[in-house]
Amino acid sequence: MSDQPVPRRPATPMAQQILDRGSLLDDAKRLPSGVKAAGAVFALGFLAVNVAIAYIVIDGRLDGHWYDFRDLGNAIAQLRTELDDTGTGPWLSYWVTGLIGGVAILSFLGGFLLIGSWIERRLLARFQIRMGPNRVGPFGLLQPLADALKLMQKEVLIPIGADRLLFFLPPILVFIPAMLAWGPVPWAPNMAYLDINVGLLYVISITSLSVLAIWMAGWSSNNHYALLGAMRTVAMMVSYEIPISLSLLVVVLLTGSLNLNEIVAWQGSHNVWMAFLLPFSMFTFFFSSTAEINRTPNDIAEAESEIVAGFHTEYSGMKAGLFLAVELGNALLVGALFATFFLGGYTMFGLEEWVPPYLILAVKATTGYFFFIWLRGTLPRFRIDQLMTFAWKYLIPLSIANVLIVAVEATIAARWEAEGIVIYGSFALVNLALTVYAVRAWARVIGYSAELEHPEGPRTADRIGGLKAARQIRTGA
Amino acid sequence: MDSTGIVIAFYVLSAITVASALSVFVMRNLVHAIVFLVMAFIGMAGLFVTLSADFIAVAQILIYAGAISVLLVFAVMLTPLASRNNGNSLYVGPGALLGAAIAAIVVFTAVDVQWNELTGAALEARAFPDTIATIGDLLLGRHVLAFEVASVLLLFALLGAIVLVTDRGAAETSEDAEDPAAAGVTTEEAR
Repeated sequence: MSDQPVPRRPATPMAQQILDRGSLLDDAKRLPSGVKAAGAVFALGFLAVNVAIAYIVIDGRLDGHWYDFRDLGNAIAQLRTELDDTGTGPWLSYWVTGLIGGVAILSFLGGFLLIGSWIERRLLARFQIRMGPNRVGPFGLLQPLADALKLMQKEVLIPIGADRLLFFLPPILVFIPAMLAWGPVPWAPNMAYLDINVGLLYVISITSLSVLAIWMAGWSSNNHYALLGAMRTVAMMVSYEIPISLSLLVVVLLTGSLNLNEIVAWQGSHNVWMAFLLPFSMFTFFFSSTAEINRTPNDIAEAESEIVAGFHTEYSGMKAGLFLAVELGNALLVGALFATFFLGGYTMFGLEEWVPPYLILAVKATTGYFFFIWLRGTLPRFRIDQLMTFAWKYLIPLSIANVLIVAVEATIAARWEAEGIVIYGSFALVNLALTVYAVRAWARVIGYSAELEHPEGPRTADRIGGLKAARQIRTGA
Repeated sequence: MDSTGIVIAFYVLSAITVASALSVFVMRNLVHAIVFLVMAFIGMAGLFVTLSADFIAVAQILIYAGAISVLLVFAVMLTPLASRNNGNSLYVGPGALLGAAIAAIVVFTAVDVQWNELTGAALEARAFPDTIATIGDLLLGRHVLAFEVASVLLLFALLGAIVLVTDRGAAETSEDAEDPAAAGVTTEEAR
């Protein structure tokens, strides 16, 4: 290197940087012509296959047979009848179909885990005008594999003073609810692994189990940061279970069923999404879910800038990798549940007759995941007291009021003889208006004031309560 | 009890439940005891599943494994370190007596009741009943009084908890009331 100072480029303003960054279209234009030709051939072939599918579907040759690829449940049902015909008894068909379903869920989740972290890091990089991982493989696609290999090679450390049994168990235990909760999610009318009548309660109860594994991890690590993170998680989960349950109770009130398949079928048959009918429940569920799965804006349980990594501070190697994988899988799970409860699940206003419904649900679930990434790239982190206040003082009272309103609406819907669009259209309008009014009114009652948030003149910290509270705590007044 | 799968499941789940329940009071560390207690709860939920009581099973997981255990976690974490010892205590005697009494009730019920056993075609005809609708109808129909009494009891418990919490901070909040801009923030802090 020479001693000459490198002439520095003048700094580009941020707005200019944002304008200058390449779009996906520019990336596509820069591809070599061979790739473009291959892409064109592939696109044409895809179009031809779709036309063929449309022809077969219109022709009605697919309805309900085992080769009806729109619903893989049909093929499984055919397999079951054939296994039953062999005369070995019902256990064989239960075992075989159970194994197939379990392996299907596992492989779907595994495939997502392979690509999910890449999607998240690349998208976050885009939000923050960075490149993101782009070294390993084309577009950095092999980065998750490299990460996994690196994690597997690392030594698994056990801290001094750690509770060995409880330190060993949590990475395994935390995976079990994350897998089990996928069971009742319906991918198509006949394609739910656990098509049970208590599906919704099952989902709530299974997802609440992971809190114990997290607490065990935090407690057994013999680390203050880990314990802090674990206790924050426990407090957050306990608080946010209630708004989640109340928001789903509202869905049950309207659909009259706890079966996830019937909830989706209700939305499909009425051609309406719960998101339109119940905007407040939708918001409550989405926000509370971010608290349940420790994502921004509610990720104080593992806030990197405060408590290292929260409950999995002391975990190294693949054990930490398992925690990260569960976090990733849970984000997609919540996306799928959100789509099932509020976005019509596998239905899409009649499109599910043409496109395989499981693809529709997969698209909706990944859209939910995209929203989580978007939130992570956009919002700052809430403090623990703000989170607790938001759950107990805002969400829960308003959710209870929401349950009352929707209960009235459900009784009206049962007695009102009119077109579905009239009934549910009016409900949607009423609920939207009531939500806006109730949120504003409750915020005023509880003490939020716009003036406080946007002061016209300078305010001392003492005036808005910061130092005063600190002094109170110090003096013990 | 005609299917071998159910029999195997029953014995495995019973073994898990009983072993975990035994471990709860054998373990010296209270935290380990909680973990085993949760395992016992989950084993019980599995037993309910074998009995086709799907709602009870899920409620067992939701309430006991999910909520009660978290309550116990808070109770343990908020107590001083010295008392996190699951050692001998004076309650062993009364506890054993109570356990024996409950066991006696269960055994007496199991032996005394004429259990209505269904096998073969009769069992097939019953299929798998929709338990939630039945429970809902019964709760808001025949047993509505008990349901309402329970809800009033829970309301009192809720109010009691609020009274217990707010009584101590009453002086602070009245002091803050003269500063309306600060009131919203400080009451949150005081909480």
